Parts: sequence; structure tokens; C-alpha cells
Amino acid sequence: MTANNNMDHDIADVLGNQNKTKRSYLVNDLKEIAKLLRTDALTMIHTAKSGHPGGSLSAADIIAVLYFHFLNIDPKNPKWTDRDRFIMSKGHACPIWYAALAEKGYFDKSNLSTLRKIDSILQGHPDMNKTPGIDMTTGSLGNGLGAGVGMALAARVLKKSYYTYILLGCGELNEGVLWEAAMSASKFKLDNLIAILDYNKLQLDGTNDEIMPTEPVADKWLSFNWHVQRINGHDIGKIIDSINIAKDVKGVPSIIIADTIKGKGVSFMENVCDWHGKAPDDSQYVEAIRQIQKN
Amino acid sequence: MKESAPTRDAYGEQLVILGKENKNVVVVEADISKSTRTCYFASKFPDRFFNVGVAEQNEAMIAAGLASCGLIPFMSTYAVFGSMRCCEQIRTFICYTNLNVKIAVSHGGLTPGNDGVTHQGTVDIGVLRSFPNLAIIMPTDFNMAKAAVKEAASYVGPVYLRFTRDAVPLIYKEDINFKIGKAIKLREGKDITIVTFGDMTWYCLKAAEILEKDGIAAEVIDMPTLKPLDEKSIIMAAKETGAIVTVEDHQIIGGLGSAVAEVLSENHPVLVKRIGLKNTFAQSGEYEVLLKKYGLATDNIVSACREILKKK
Repeated sequence: MTANNNMDHDIADVLGNQNKTKRSYLVNDLKEIAKLLRTDALTMIHTAKSGHPGGSLSAADIIAVLYFHFLNIDPKNPKWTDRDRFIMSKGHACPIWYAALAEKGYFDKSNLSTLRKIDSILQGHPDMNKTPGIDMTTGSLGNGLGAGVGMALAARVLKKSYYTYILLGCGELNEGVLWEAAMSASKFKLDNLIAILDYNKLQLDGTNDEIMPTEPVADKWLSFNWHVQRINGHDIGKIIDSINIAKDVKGVPSIIIADTIKGKGVSFMENVCDWHGKAPDDSQYVEAIRQIQKN
Repeated sequence: MKESAPTRDAYGEQLVILGKENKNVVVVEADISKSTRTCYFASKFPDRFFNVGVAEQNEAMIAAGLASCGLIPFMSTYAVFGSMRCCEQIRTFICYTNLNVKIAVSHGGLTPGNDGVTHQGTVDIGVLRSFPNLAIIMPTDFNMAKAAVKEAASYVGPVYLRFTRDAVPLIYKEDINFKIGKAIKLREGKDITIVTFGDMTWYCLKAAEILEKDGIAAEVIDMPTLKPLDEKSIIMAAKETGAIVTVEDHQIIGGLGSAVAEVLSENHPVLVKRIGLKNTFAQSGEYEVLLKKYGLATDNIVSACREILKKK
């Protein structure tokens, strides 16, 4: 081994370490952002005395990665035609989304306390005409994927290079229209479309297994000719890696099945179906925030 | 020059013209392009034509997504499916969002006679009329259909366009000045007003001719826009003739008859008689035979007018 080679090796090590350090900073930053979003979402739901904490908390890490690392957007110009599109198909989880939009600067954070109140820009379920930064109204389940197919096709017609991201819930896999959309995305070879399944395995009335079994979920998407990845949806690094892989997929649409925990971050909410659509009372709220900050 | 033509043919032809004029016009179809006539557009503009298969809910969602990016999607199927299979998608994702989607459907009313009840769109207007933001249009003939499709494309917002499967007689000239929300008085008359739209218009004109022989002067108003309704024309007619007969290829519940009765009861109550399907499903059969069987034929219009005049 020559001196030169040694030197090259050392430089590579240094660069590698720098990249590692950069990445750990990024992951830590995104973790902190996710904490903030969880805190804001629970505060909103507590203030509104209604809303959906369980599915908001399970989606928090995915939303943090999308909004603070991937999405090519301009909060000062929400209708910028080249922007990446994001659809929250599981619209009831909007508190976590509103928290992210406020943090990005789409609107003043003071709006968060008006969630679900009269004349608020923050409706109980997402409204594209009332909230800056929302590309599609949602809340009626199963429909977001089809809207995403339309946006991805529009990119093709208009010769634009944006990506369309859709966050799906597992309960809405029960809806037939979602599978109509899944078929069409692969028919049209939409490699500019990336779906992420917030797979917390609970729906309103019980577990997926009790209400309408979804497994084998990866096989379902594979059989619809999608590119399928399965990851831990609370591992920031894994979320980043999977989205990078999905962006490079050619010729087929991509889904990331993210195993998550409903109510993630608050012990008494985790995996408890009852927290699908219920606001915490004052003492529960205080304890919930304490746990999130401590994590 | 042709004497009659299906209005769906006009839709297909006008779409091709729109496709040439405006690159933002796109078409979403649910596997019946040969029937809805979107196949003409498909052959000219394959890159702007998306056949989603027999999946109307997804069709509506894709149309919403396309419109949200600034395109002008026309989504086509039959009236019965376009109004009900994707009813909620239209309400929530096209009307609530106020997106620029044109829902253009063939086989309106009893015109798909032989196919039977599953394919006859006879409640669509009643279902859709309660949706805020939606304009509802059924052009009367081929020439109006071409003008209405053109107008719908330049109108910003959701529009429901209803066409006939079968040929309907030509009433208007090619240079018709069609305006969304404007009624057209086709015949003057001081004794009674017949308000109608679409394929029934021609039968109403025939009925008015028969009534004239009896010395009854029937005014005929064509109301191609069911929403927003030309309320002024209806109120004026009620003031002038004091008796109204509505005629529609649709259920009498929820359609034109209901809309006219709503306007008059709030503004200028006069006697109203509604002709249409009377809270019943039809069946398979030739279109003209069905009109007779279910009380929508020329004779039925004539007797309804005579009946209401006795009560006036």
C-alpha cells in the first residue's frame, strides 16, 4: 500500500465520517421536528376538544421527513405549478399536517388554536380552498390515491417533473375505489407517484384483523404491479432511505408500507383503538405532552 | 343537412374541436368511449385521453386531480353511472372543491330504452341538483349540444352535461347563441306555458301545434340549464299565462318540475302540472313506446294542458 493510497483512504474516511455526521444531524433534526409536530397536533386537538390523535401521532415521523427533507415546495407561493404534490388521503390525521404547514410558514401558527372552530382556515378535514398548502380536499376515505393519479398524469401532460406523494391509512384499504386507483396507477406506469401507507393496523371500530383483514398487504400491492418497500415508519433514517429508493424507481408506481404505532409517543394512546377520534382531557393532555418531550 | 341526430354525437365532435383549440382539454373515460363518442378525441389526442376502465369513482377522482393542476378534464360515462356510481366523489371532490371538471354523460333519461332500467338515467338531475357549485345542462338538439360543450369548456367550474343516446330532431340552427342559465322561448302563447328541456322539447312543440287547432295558445319555453335555473323566465311566464306544465324525461321528483314548483311557490304561485316518470321505474322497450306507456308522449302533454286550463 503506497503513501498516496493511504492518503486517499484517509480522505475517504473523513468524507464518510462527514456524511455520517451530516446524516445523524439530519435524523436528529427531523426527530426534533416530529416531536414539535406531535406536540402541536395534540395541543390543537385538546383545544378543539375533538379530532383524531391516534392517526396523527402515527403519521408524525413520515410527515416530518416529507415536509422538512423531501417536498419541493414554496410556502410563499403555495400554488407554484412545479411544486411536489402531497395528498393526505387519511384526511382525519390533518392536525399533524396543519402543524407541519404552520411550521413551514404557509400560515401563522396562531391559526392552530382555531382548528374545527367557526370560520377557521383549518377545517375538521382538509379543505384545499381554505388552507394554504393543501393540494387536495380529503376526509372521505379511499379517494386520495385516485386524485394523486390525476395529479401524476397532469405532470405528464404538462411536461413537469414534480412528484406526487399520497399518505394512505390502513382503514381506507377497505374502500374499493382505492384499488381502482391502484390499478390505474400501474396501468399508466406512474413512476412519479409515491404512496406511503401509515400502517398502524387499527381502524375506528377495532383492529384491521377484526374489522377487515388487510394482510398480506405487501402481496396485494405487488400483485397490482407496484414497487413495494416495507419499513419501520418511526425510523427516520429508514423513511429517508425508502423515499430516495422510491424516487429512483422507473416505470411503476411506488408504495412504502410503513409499520407504525397508532398513538405513537404517548404510552396510554399507543395501540388503543379508542384514541382514534377522541380529544384528551386536561390531565391526559399534560401527561401526553410530558411524554412526547421526554422521548 | 341532417334532420335529427343524437346529442352524444355532437359532444364527440365538439370535443375534437376543443382538443385542437386548447391543449389543456383532457378526457377521462370509463370503458365506453365508442358509446359516449370520446373515441373521436382518443384517436386524435391519445396522450390526453385516459381510459380508466369500468371504474367511475376513480374516474371522478382522476378528473379532480387533473383539474387541480389546471387542466380541463371531461369525464364521460352514462348518466345513470355518472350521477350515482361516483355521486360522492362528484359532491365532495368536484363540487365542494369547485374544480373545473366537466361531467359529460350519454344515455340521459329513457333514451337507452331497450337497455332497461339499469341504464336509464332518470334520477340524475334530482340527485345532482342539490350539489352547490354544479351547473346542470341538457342540450336540446345536436346544434345546441355543440354550442353547450363549447360553452361548458370556457365556463370555469364543475358542469354536468347530459346527452341522448338516440337521435333527436333538430330545432336550432348551427349559429345558436347558447348561454348557460338562459331559457329560450320557442313559441309564444298567452293561455298556458309548457316548460321543458332536452329530448322532450320537440314533443312539446308538437303538443302546442295540436292545442293551437283547439284555439289554445301554448307558450313553449326550453330550459336547457337546469341549474342555475332561469328563475326570471319562469316567474314571467307564470305572470303572463297563469298555468304551467313541466315536461321532462326524468322523474317528476327532483327534476325540472320540482325546480319550477320551488321557484313559483316562493315567488308567484300558479297551478303547475308535472309530466315525467311518476315515482316509478320504467322497463326495456323502444323509446317512443316507453314515452307512451309512462305518460310522457305528445298526447299526454296535450291532455295535461287541457286539464290544467279547466282549473285555471
